[in-house]
Amino acid sequence: MIRVENLVKKYGDFTAVNDISFEVDQGEVFAFLGPNGAGKTTTIKMLTTLLKPTSGTVEVDGLDPSISHHEVRKRFGIVFQDPSLDDELTAYENLELHCILYKVPRKARKERIEKLLGLFELWERRDDPVKQFSGGMKRRLEIARGLLHTPKILFLDEPTLGLDPQTRNHLWAHVQKLNHEEQVTVFLTTHYMEEADRVAQRIAIIDHGKIVAQGTSEDLKRRTSTQTLEQAFLALTGSTIRDEIAGSIDQMRQMSRMWRGGRR
Amino acid sequence: MNAVYVLWIRQLKRYSRSRARIVGSLGQPLLFLVALGFGFGPIFRRAGAGNYLQFLAPGVIGMTILFSAVFSGIELIWDRQFGFLKETLVAPVPRMMIMIGRTCGGATVSLVQGLIVVAICYVAGFRAASFASWPFAFVFMALIAIMFTAFGTAIASVLSDFQAFQLVMNFLIMPLFFLSGALFPLNGVPRALQIVAAVNPFAYGVDGMRVAFGASASQFGAVMDLAVLGAITLLLLGVGGYLFSKIQL
Repeated sequence: MIRVENLVKKYGDFTAVNDISFEVDQGEVFAFLGPNGAGKTTTIKMLTTLLKPTSGTVEVDGLDPSISHHEVRKRFGIVFQDPSLDDELTAYENLELHCILYKVPRKARKERIEKLLGLFELWERRDDPVKQFSGGMKRRLEIARGLLHTPKILFLDEPTLGLDPQTRNHLWAHVQKLNHEEQVTVFLTTHYMEEADRVAQRIAIIDHGKIVAQGTSEDLKRRTSTQTLEQAFLALTGSTIRDEIAGSIDQMRQMSRMWRGGRR
Repeated sequence: MNAVYVLWIRQLKRYSRSRARIVGSLGQPLLFLVALGFGFGPIFRRAGAGNYLQFLAPGVIGMTILFSAVFSGIELIWDRQFGFLKETLVAPVPRMMIMIGRTCGGATVSLVQGLIVVAICYVAGFRAASFASWPFAFVFMALIAIMFTAFGTAIASVLSDFQAFQLVMNFLIMPLFFLSGALFPLNGVPRALQIVAAVNPFAYGVDGMRVAFGASASQFGAVMDLAVLGAITLLLLGVGGYLFSKIQL
């Protein structure tokens, strides 16, 4: 379903993704793990037509995302790592907009929105503007939105970051259901190793833009002679803490607060 | 087509929900109208050029639309920074459609702003020559709105943050406004200034509106105004759409 060969992404001198190769089969749940700044999100961006690779081959359902953007976009759904909601719209309006963009039939819209808002316990707040939501609520809404339509491939970029255990369980239960019943291929990243261990059939570990190991959770544990996936992960990636390159986004947010003043 | 509609509606909702923006953006035109309109009025009349308010109003209406439209286009940077842009960029909708939806939304918003200023001008004493002036003037207002929203979108597609926003404002939008004849008649100004105005699309918009509202003198002629505005609008929609479709995150 996904095939990546010798994929490279460079920003000037900095190599974010350095010659990685992997394959994800149809109907598989694949976890892409790595420390902060390892290149996970950059890889997802290249798979989802948001970024052009410097070199290498990418195939999503047999199509090249940098050429057949539109065809590829029809095939996947994604929950982004950072926020992507419209704060000025209400929760319901955000989901409705998504349904229209993804051509969810009019009749099914209301029912699905209701179901997912219910599942993530946001139905009561459906008519409140998203800017009044807490961080956790926004995150839940974001996930609910990502699950509104049933794509062939679902990308989940650290979906559980900042969620309580209840919501995490709902999410993974729902994702596994999609995987079993609709054969949706799932490509996920997470920092919670036990989650990856539980839901993923295969795991790749990326560090400094390179894949350092891939296989089943058992393979990884055996190879590193460790008991848990977390230990295996640490054995493979070392224990130094990584700094992410400070994005201009934080600066921007601050500036926008000044700009908009009372509005936000 | 639904995607265009939903993105258009989105922008209208955002606009109607932010009263601060509606009121705030009316301050500048009001100030121009009062300070310049009434301040220079007597001199203008003494110089034998007629009623200055009557001359200035189309310029101020045009200015409102110009600034509001460019800002609507540039709001794209906001959506990029706050992430909503991603949601639309990965959607299975051709990016040209997304760009058109955004542009229609931004243009409608700035047109509404322009119409509010029309009402203010009317209260201040501005009068159209006849009832038939309105649809004609509306066409020019709409063209200015679409053209500069597309322009803002094109600029925002190549900027990743607001660092360059001041640059765009001071070196592109302000000159477009001040060197257009919106504030003063172009006949009799130095030749250099005349040439600058002749290559300034906004000048054609203001001139067209003046003709529509019944001004006796036109700088370029209404047909020329319409042709230039139409052509540049199409060009900017094309360029904006192309740059938008090339956005990487």
